[in-house]
Amino acid sequence: MIPASFDYEVAESVEHALALLGADPDAKVLAGGHSLVPALKLRVSRPSKLVDIGRLSDLAYVRDAGSQLAIGALTRHAAVQGDPLLQEHCPIVSSTAGKVGDPQVRHRGTIGGSLAHGDPASDLPAVILALDAELVIVGAGGERTVAAADFFTGVFQTAVGPGELLTEIRIPKLGDATGWSYLKYHRRAQDWATVGVAAIVHRDNGTATSASVALTNMGGTTLRAASVEAAVAAGSSPAEAAAHAAEGAEPASDTAASAEFRAHLARVLTERALMEALA
Amino acid sequence: MSATETWGIGAPLKRKEDDPLLRGRGTYVDNIDLPGTVVMVVVRSPYAHARITSIDTSAAKAAEGVVAVYTGADLRDDWKAAMPCAWPVTEDMKNPEHFPLAVSEVNYQGDGVAVVLADTRAHAVDAAELVDVDYEVLDAIVDVAAAAEDGATLVHEELGTNVSYVWPLESGTFDESADVIVKHTYIQPPLIPNAIEPRGVVARPEPGGDVTLWSATQIPHILRLLTAATLGMSETKLRVIAPDVGGGFGSKLDVYAEELLAVAIARRLGTPVKWIEERSENALATIHGRDFVTTLELAATKDGKITSLRANVIASMGAYLQLVTPGIPLLGAWIYAGPYEIPNYSVTFTGVFTNTTPTDAYRGAGRPEATYVLERTMDLLAKELGMDRVELRRKNFITEFPATIASGLTIDSGDHHASLDRLLEHLGLEELEAEQQARRDRGDTKQIGIGFSTYNEMCGLAPSRILGAIRYAAGGWETATIRCLPTGTFQVVTGTSPHGQGHETAWSQIVADQLGCDPSEVEVLHGDTSISPYGLDTYGSRSLPVGGAALWSAGEKIIEKAREIVAHQLEVAADDLEYEAGTFTVKGSPDKEMTVKGAAWAAFAAHNLPDGMEPNLEATATYDPPNFSWPGGAHAAVVEVDTGTGDARLIRYVAIDDVGTVVNPLIVDGQVHGGITQGIATALYEEAIYDEDGNLANGTMAMYLVPSAAELPSYELDRTETKATDHPFGAKGVGETGTIAAAPAVINAVIDALSHLGVTDIQMPATPERVWRAIEEAQQ
Amino acid sequence: MHPVTLTVNGARHELELEPRDLLVHVLREQLSLTGTNIGCDTSSCGACTVLLDGQSVKSCTILGVQADGAAITTIEGLATGGELHPVQQAFHDHHALQCGYCTPGMVMAAVSLIENGEAGDRDSIRSGLEGNLCRCTGYHNIVEAIAEVAGATS
Repeated sequence: MIPASFDYEVAESVEHALALLGADPDAKVLAGGHSLVPALKLRVSRPSKLVDIGRLSDLAYVRDAGSQLAIGALTRHAAVQGDPLLQEHCPIVSSTAGKVGDPQVRHRGTIGGSLAHGDPASDLPAVILALDAELVIVGAGGERTVAAADFFTGVFQTAVGPGELLTEIRIPKLGDATGWSYLKYHRRAQDWATVGVAAIVHRDNGTATSASVALTNMGGTTLRAASVEAAVAAGSSPAEAAAHAAEGAEPASDTAASAEFRAHLARVLTERALMEALA
Repeated sequence: MSATETWGIGAPLKRKEDDPLLRGRGTYVDNIDLPGTVVMVVVRSPYAHARITSIDTSAAKAAEGVVAVYTGADLRDDWKAAMPCAWPVTEDMKNPEHFPLAVSEVNYQGDGVAVVLADTRAHAVDAAELVDVDYEVLDAIVDVAAAAEDGATLVHEELGTNVSYVWPLESGTFDESADVIVKHTYIQPPLIPNAIEPRGVVARPEPGGDVTLWSATQIPHILRLLTAATLGMSETKLRVIAPDVGGGFGSKLDVYAEELLAVAIARRLGTPVKWIEERSENALATIHGRDFVTTLELAATKDGKITSLRANVIASMGAYLQLVTPGIPLLGAWIYAGPYEIPNYSVTFTGVFTNTTPTDAYRGAGRPEATYVLERTMDLLAKELGMDRVELRRKNFITEFPATIASGLTIDSGDHHASLDRLLEHLGLEELEAEQQARRDRGDTKQIGIGFSTYNEMCGLAPSRILGAIRYAAGGWETATIRCLPTGTFQVVTGTSPHGQGHETAWSQIVADQLGCDPSEVEVLHGDTSISPYGLDTYGSRSLPVGGAALWSAGEKIIEKAREIVAHQLEVAADDLEYEAGTFTVKGSPDKEMTVKGAAWAAFAAHNLPDGMEPNLEATATYDPPNFSWPGGAHAAVVEVDTGTGDARLIRYVAIDDVGTVVNPLIVDGQVHGGITQGIATALYEEAIYDEDGNLANGTMAMYLVPSAAELPSYELDRTETKATDHPFGAKGVGETGTIAAAPAVINAVIDALSHLGVTDIQMPATPERVWRAIEEAQQ
Repeated sequence: MHPVTLTVNGARHELELEPRDLLVHVLREQLSLTGTNIGCDTSSCGACTVLLDGQSVKSCTILGVQADGAAITTIEGLATGGELHPVQQAFHDHHALQCGYCTPGMVMAAVSLIENGEAGDRDSIRSGLEGNLCRCTGYHNIVEAIAEVAGATS
């Protein structure tokens, strides 16, 4: 559990971080470290240098931005979980942050680090995707905003390119007519999701008029369950819509579950998530 | 409450061991930091089966901080004998030659091929990556049943077979024409013991060629004997110390390669050598448990009297025979009939090599394997007979004790009806069944099930003559010394070697009760071969049944010598003295008295002892148990199964155990809690998963599912107390009961929850996927 | 090597660290605070839990350099004078430890849980211990000990 050697520099500002990253293509960004340090310890990640952005405290915030809430990338899971703005306007994010890892992980891990890691088994990506969130990325060329649908590009790969930083996540405020649910199946409380389902449902008189549904660990990235969404929009019941949950998904088989069982879980959890969001 | 009730045998005395552990002042091996230490890292095979074609250590030797690099060939001449297996269960048992580092062939993923020694842990890890090993990969065999078949890929080609031994035990003839015969095959997967402290060793060379070895071991005495033998050292040259040890569960009951390597290399280099196992390394390099495929048959009359039992057991040895690998299945051989009277009895064990981590003792060792298949089959038989499963158990209980059972042993004591009665008092079975029916009636997604396990076990290893008869290399006695110090305090030296069990507290209570002192006045020394030269250590729930009895016997010797001293001092006949709780009084003159402490002072001063008596009041006793220890009980699990996700979770667990006399109920309950938890984990969570090439697929704590508090309920415990008649104060073992009883109770409960859907079988662990598939298959 | 200042159990330490030095190794090997144990290599077992600026963290998953300027409390710093912290005392009273190896991490996790008001009932306590593994006790008595200190309602 001893990492291979690497260099280390503390970024004093976003600009400083970008300059450090730009100078070394094999450098990696260190935020809370709760995705990266475990990989370093097993030596599956061997960066030349770590650029520690953990002291950029002005990137830890949750702000009201009109129709959106803006979350600084360095906001720790525990802070997201306990944030009153999020609890009021977008509780699926605060609630899901409380399901990441364990208390010790939530005290250190950051929302930006978790999203930028691009782990298909992480919980927050599905929530961000279902919310159609926007992610702010800065690089040498300036700042750009990427839709969640374009952010997760592959297994442990995101739109954050070499020399870039994820700085902010913008999520919509959910109105009273919008229900939500994130359901995660895992064997032990501390485990990653075997399968997770995030559902945002627009309700009218107890029925769903539309839904956004995104899945955790049903492929190389989090993905939208488009067939489910189409079925809901066409007036299908949760059970009928959920039957489509695994369509187009290519989940892995591993020691937690076979691909076939993951598809089953996706259907079961999607129905339950839709029901919970409707309730 | 009398004094004895607050601190003697039976009192819930808080543990003496706790304070340093709670303050972070434990002495675990990794906390030992000796000047000049070099750190050892083992380079391990990534392949389950391969020939070593070459090893290039030059880059590693040149790396920063490296002191030495050795391959198996470099060290071959250091070993005067192969790694020890102390239990050749048959005369013709096959035992492949096995050295601490492989020389020409690796036989499981994790088999050691080289060691790197460096000034720091980081440098050793860095250099280990530079050891360049070329392998010729060979076909591997993982599945134990397949490995037992003719024509299977061979683990050790030189043996010509994967079968290490076949060991039968037969009494009577199976009733093939019985009214009812049930037969079922069960898979019990390999398990990783996962003591939270991984293994670790420090070996320090001493002047004159001696070596002191600290090891996270359960068996300092056996380790000393066999390390000395393997290295060709005089036993007197080696001192072994088991400091605070962070759990064992059988996994530290072994003589491991790294212990031998550390001693050999410390002697070569003349510096202390330290090796600390990493967790993922532990998953490969520390023994596994279970990995059995068992077919059990029960024959019964139509009114439910069981007449015959037949078991065919195929047990994986893994790649090599470790200390007691071949004997583990046999530890269950006598109890496949459990607490039931079954006149015709036949069990056959086939020990088989596979390209997996060697198996050896894991909590229960042979007895969970027996109890699991029996209790599962009891439910199958009840169903086949259309009989209530509780009634079937009652109908077949052994009721007369001592009872000589068909397998040939004699159970001294027990009361299975009492345990079961008590269980049913606590359980509220009618309400649970009503709840179950209500959920079934309304088609609830979440169903509940109730599962039973009534069990007995044989532990307290073990009568030496029996061990000899079954070809175990050593005896099963234990030794204890009590020294009554002049200040009125007591020093106890025990040959047991606790690693969490609380012997210091319990042994103090025994001495306090017997010799009349406060437990705080007793010092208990253990785990150091220089302090306790004789001992056979801690495993198999033997410490109280054997080590506690040795202590009691030493106490009796103390009382007898003290009686002579007191009689002499008080000028009365020894027969005129009455003894109770540390004080001798003269019959008819209750004002004339003298305590054991007083006798200790008199023996120390030695001014006025009987003619010819040696000064000092000290006694050593070695106790060879006349019988095994036979705890038993009745457990019930209540599970909730989510029929959508397949998730099965415990919602209640009720355990009634009968462990005879209880020395400390806090400690006994703690043993039961922990034991149950490992049984539940076996039933629902844990399994070492190998791919077909022999790669361990879940060898980290992130993937091997040791459950946390969040997955488990609090437990409901109670006891019945049937004193052991073959123990001086009636105690029985308790370390393994929970693990032995729990797994079948839980699986029976899961099946019960789904029985209305047609489910009759689920393999352990009952993962959500297995539950889902069982439901799917039953519905088709 | 990087200069790092740590305040551990109230004592300030100026250290020179390699970037790859894990906080747990710094505590154990450089500061000789061996009460914090290492039980795994995947951030799963929680044996290495300490308080960092008052919050429970796994010291195996934090680089020493990341902790620069932080205040750390380890198990050695929990008792005041000779007197055990209430959580330590409750672990003793309830026989909530056997081999003791997970105990320092379990105690530190419990202290954080109680201070954060997340130990109101036994279910919350069990959930809150999800990141700490014990192989001896089955957790029963650990939950009882924490429930007593937290004044858990059920």
